[in-house]
Amino acid sequence: MVFFTYLISGISLGSVYAIIALGYTMVYGIAKMLNFAHGDVIMVGGYICYIALNSLGLPAIVAVILAMIVCTVLGVVIEGLAYKPLRQAGSLAVLITAIGVSYFLQNAAQLIWGATPKNFTSVVHFSLPAGLMSVGLSSEALITVLACIVIMIALTTFVNRSKLGKAMRACSEDKGAAQLMGINVNRTISMTFAIGSALAAIAGVLLCSSYPVLQPTTGSMPGIKAFTAAVFGGIGSIPGAFIGGLLLGIIESLAKAYISTTLANSIVFAVLIIILLVKPTGLLGKYAPEKV
Amino acid sequence: MMLKVNDINVYYGAIHAIKGVSFEVNEGEIVTLIGANGAGKSTILNTVSGLLKSKTGSIEFLGQPLSGVPAHKIVERGIAHVPEGRRVFLSMTVEENLEMGAYTRPNSGVADHLERVYEQFPRLKERHRQVAGTLSGGEQQMLAMGRGLMSDPKLLMLDEPSMGLAPILVEQIFEIIASLHKAGTTILLVEQNARMALSVADRGYVLETGKIALSGTGKELAESDDIKKAYLGG
Repeated sequence: MVFFTYLISGISLGSVYAIIALGYTMVYGIAKMLNFAHGDVIMVGGYICYIALNSLGLPAIVAVILAMIVCTVLGVVIEGLAYKPLRQAGSLAVLITAIGVSYFLQNAAQLIWGATPKNFTSVVHFSLPAGLMSVGLSSEALITVLACIVIMIALTTFVNRSKLGKAMRACSEDKGAAQLMGINVNRTISMTFAIGSALAAIAGVLLCSSYPVLQPTTGSMPGIKAFTAAVFGGIGSIPGAFIGGLLLGIIESLAKAYISTTLANSIVFAVLIIILLVKPTGLLGKYAPEKV
Repeated sequence: MMLKVNDINVYYGAIHAIKGVSFEVNEGEIVTLIGANGAGKSTILNTVSGLLKSKTGSIEFLGQPLSGVPAHKIVERGIAHVPEGRRVFLSMTVEENLEMGAYTRPNSGVADHLERVYEQFPRLKERHRQVAGTLSGGEQQMLAMGRGLMSDPKLLMLDEPSMGLAPILVEQIFEIIASLHKAGTTILLVEQNARMALSVADRGYVLETGKIALSGTGKELAESDDIKKAYLGG
């Protein structure tokens, strides 16, 4: 029974990682950059939702939508101001800029909302039948897992079926050839940031609902974990991010329960290293076959 | 006149790759640019399709200037560029690649175009669900050409369509080029295989280190002693 409780908590945590990892992996797939500010967009999403609920007194669903809108705009603005001018620059310059944006967001949040942690009230709290509660299932865990599955299905359908989604895949493979097809590459990259950031807002709200301490650094550790999850599953791969996120959450939760709370993070990263040694492209990552 | 390239100069950093090149393509013609590796043939096509910018000079298509028009807008004007090395989307299926070719077209016409391309390339129809990365080189070239045709272009620019293909496939590709020409498509063909290119071309230009060294009808160039010596192996 205790095992189930830990497993559920791991799946729920992993679902949050998966949602964040989807943003990382989509942006990487198309812009070929690691957007290290992605974790901090999560934190902004959390704060917007918190303010909408507590200061503006808006209903929960409106607060979540508001957080998504603000994060979407924020993501597009970050891309346009910080990353777009560096499109021709080396990957190191972009990486350093992304770290800079990350610190900028954390410090701006501290300036605006203060360093004192806020106590986030769950937006998805309701009572479940006692039988489910007794195995450790909470409404937050349930909603998080469901949200993750819905997002995963919606995103896969979008990328595989819609015209814009296919254009995204074309851009991720060959930007020059995509342009020759008439695809506006800059706009496609912007769209990707918009989608990734909206997902980050959802992740922020769900994360804070389960772990209610909201502070300017709230997003950084989950951000790094989700990045790890994306690499774990094979960066650039959408199902990879999903599986990587879930596995990472479960490993972390079980390691905390059965091995050591303090070593849990080390164990997570050790597993990542082992996977990458055995399969350098991650679980579902692949090299595209090339014919000359 | 369909395409008029007037005195363009293209640089890669400090390297002056294209030095004052001018040429033109009339409606219904096959015009070929031939020349050795590094002469600047692909650079010229990339400049016409907007991937590269010319410092000076002008490019006009159907009387409209193309300078300052971004690459993704040039397709809409009616120029399809089948790039060197094919550059099909390897992880996408054959049909998805073709759909991408029609990206700027309204969805209603895509099915008709798809049918027409499949008629031209029955091989692609057989493999329409296959991922492009699993196709052979010749099939990938057909896919790249079909993808170009999906935008229903007025001008089709082909960059080295015979590159890396077995002789029998080269013949096949050139038969397709000839049949496209017969159907009324205007073609600008860049080739290292000068013999094949001149055999189908109405006119040709010979490029040497970023300049046009010679021009004439396909027949004149094929019979010119200089060309024979330099490009046709005596």
